[in-house]
Amino acid sequence: MNKVRLVEATQLRTDIPDFVPGDTVNVHVRVIEGDKERVQQFQGVVIGRHGAGMNATFTVRKVSEGVGVERTFPLHSPRLAKIVRVKEGAVRRAKLYYLRELASKAIRQKTSA
Amino acid sequence: MERGDRIVSRILRAQSPSFMDPTMTGLLGKKLGMTSIFDEQGEVIPCTVIEAGPCYVTQVRTQDRDGYSAVQLGFEQKRERLVKKPLQGHFAAAKVKPLRFLREFRSNGGLEVQPGQEIKVDSVFAKGDVVSIVGTSKGHGFQGVVKRHHFGGGFRTHGQSDRERAPGSIGASSYPSRVFKGQRMAGRMGGDRVTVQNLKVVGVIADSNLLLVKGSVPGAVNGLLEIHKKRALGQ
Repeated sequence: MNKVRLVEATQLRTDIPDFVPGDTVNVHVRVIEGDKERVQQFQGVVIGRHGAGMNATFTVRKVSEGVGVERTFPLHSPRLAKIVRVKEGAVRRAKLYYLRELASKAIRQKTSA
Repeated sequence: MERGDRIVSRILRAQSPSFMDPTMTGLLGKKLGMTSIFDEQGEVIPCTVIEAGPCYVTQVRTQDRDGYSAVQLGFEQKRERLVKKPLQGHFAAAKVKPLRFLREFRSNGGLEVQPGQEIKVDSVFAKGDVVSIVGTSKGHGFQGVVKRHHFGGGFRTHGQSDRERAPGSIGASSYPSRVFKGQRMAGRMGGDRVTVQNLKVVGVIADSNLLLVKGSVPGAVNGLLEIHKKRALGQ
């Protein structure tokens, strides 16, 4: 599989900051509309990271106008302009799916140090 | 394209198949595994990594001598000790090291290759090409009709026993009093020669002899693959 890894190595990004589930991140996503390109921001709590190498993804959850929104991004996607870690979290799980059932105040309490 | 045009192009293709192509029409390779890459738009492309070549020309078939034009390619070196004497002579005639696999690729007579010549992946394929890939599918052993022919099996309830993966009726009784040839039944599955057409080349890495095609190819990892160039429409 070494040569497969070699192919993957050319695709992996090196500019990704360290972040773990529980952290609040601001993801800058390149959106292509017609022939125009703009950057859209998506800020929320990382509720899980999945996979390794080329398959790595992470899921960000936020509550937008009372509706919970989750987006899963390929970690190495060139469509991500940048990832900014806004706030460090303090959680004891790798996957924070239980946040879906909590009110925002409880989420705040659960994810802050 | 109009119906008439389609028929004309089909006739043209039948008259002048791939060996009208002035370059090498294919290459041998080895399946290394699958991964995914991002394209220019940032879309994820599932792809198979193939170690394609370097291949060596071991023989050139000509219309005059053999009745058809083709190039015999060899792939993957092996120890001289493992090669039988007659085949050693064959390799010596082409002045190449002993090779594990030999396959012929049809060509037109005008193809300028010499025995012993090395053919690399970047001289045959480029990003954006369309290829057909031939491999030997994974062996599945003796399998029942549900897996082998996608039969539905029997009922799981209503008092059934032993019927869940049974084939059902295999024909009528007194007439014809036999089972028709080709009746699909359980048996050996896999290990067949399988061709997958119209795979797109999404990358060529010349210095490590790698070819990346979109999608999956037949066979297990380390299996031998024939990679055939797709002829352009109307050719």
